[in-house]
Amino acid sequence: MSTTEVKVLGSTGSPFVMRAVIALNIKSVDYELLEQNLVVKSELLLKSNPIYKKIPVLIHADKPICESLVIVQYIDEVWTCGPSILPSDPYDRAIARFWAAYLDDKWFPSVRVIVLTAEGDEVKKETLQQVATGLELLEDAFPKCNKDGNFFGGERIGYLDIALGCFLPCLRVIEKVHNLKLLDEAKTPNLCKWAESFCSDAAVKDVIPETDKLIEFAKVLIAKIKARPSN
Amino acid sequence: MAEEVKVFGVWGSPFSRRVEIALKMKGVKYEFIEEDLANKSPLLLKYNPVHKKIPVLLHNGKPICESLVILEYIDETWKGTSIFPQDPYKRAVARFWARFIDDKCLPTLWKTCWSQGEEQEKGKEEACELLKILDNELKDKKFFGGDAIGPVDIVANFIGFWLGIIQEITGVEVLTKEKFPKLCQWIDEFINYSIIKENLPPRDKLKAYFQTRLPNK
Repeated sequence: MSTTEVKVLGSTGSPFVMRAVIALNIKSVDYELLEQNLVVKSELLLKSNPIYKKIPVLIHADKPICESLVIVQYIDEVWTCGPSILPSDPYDRAIARFWAAYLDDKWFPSVRVIVLTAEGDEVKKETLQQVATGLELLEDAFPKCNKDGNFFGGERIGYLDIALGCFLPCLRVIEKVHNLKLLDEAKTPNLCKWAESFCSDAAVKDVIPETDKLIEFAKVLIAKIKARPSN
Repeated sequence: MAEEVKVFGVWGSPFSRRVEIALKMKGVKYEFIEEDLANKSPLLLKYNPVHKKIPVLLHNGKPICESLVILEYIDETWKGTSIFPQDPYKRAVARFWARFIDDKCLPTLWKTCWSQGEEQEKGKEEACELLKILDNELKDKKFFGGDAIGPVDIVANFIGFWLGIIQEITGVEVLTKEKFPKLCQWIDEFINYSIIKENLPPRDKLKAYFQTRLPNK
């Protein structure tokens, strides 16, 4: 398969792009990552994702697929020769999908608020509590999912590992910038151990952005938001 | 072992109707448990502790929550009519549109219908943009799923039935034949499609319910 047949429209630093890239790595699929300018969006991005105009977009044989979780499932279903990303049992699949949806719909918005809070600015207690609650829920869910393996997916990285793991760099940014502890050996021992396994996995270790780079990236975004006229 | 399938839902909810349609498409027998959302049962809270919402599908004692997750589970568990397309690309497209409807369309439509004044005007503009997108996606097809209903049609059930009733009650006009002839055509096909027709809540009962929600009675 030629390298140009699979393209990812993305941007380093985006957790959602990380999901697509990790999935492709798991399947050992060659791809070209086309770094996108998110301020002046390319014609290709606007054409491939006219509804949301967002990254990631997977382009496979000229067909665009949008939305990171849709992309990960697509990758799993197309490249069947590689390790499976979703569990094989329908109930386990439902649990993985449930938690991934929870992360995106309920949990990440709070994470995002804190990531985009400048150093020294107040982090609202309720927002922090929402992040902590999510982590507690996933901490509890881990032994129900992992079947004695190191990952939510069992012995190998799976769908929920990817869905949650992509946010580890964001959590590290929050911990460093705001001097907080989100993953805690005492409160979330399963997640701490899992995070280590996840970050050192072959499909992940080369695509995890460095915390300091991400902090810089967040600073730029924060400045942009502050520069906007308030509604 | 006899299979035990239960659906925790509410007669008037489009979300629990989605689950019922999917089960009926597969010919699965189930017990429907009507919940009182003002007084949620201990069972519901036990089976959906995270969101405390309906619908919940209980299959042999194991709960599955979130209607989109449930639809995929039903399709993967029981043979028979496929709900989702077989082709991975078509499946991805269906999943994309299902989320678009749930994440964007439904919240905007709901908010618009029940708001007033400037908020409603703004909502109407937004809602029209979103409906235009759906209208475009329908193109010349009878259903989003093609000749037969697919998962996107099931997920769009609110637009297919509930929206029209709410528009009647509130007097808000967002989805009109003039602006969206294709979508309105789809609605006609949708509510007359046998499995849908047999599984809609009673129109008058739903009208009466929405009447009680009007802000100035």
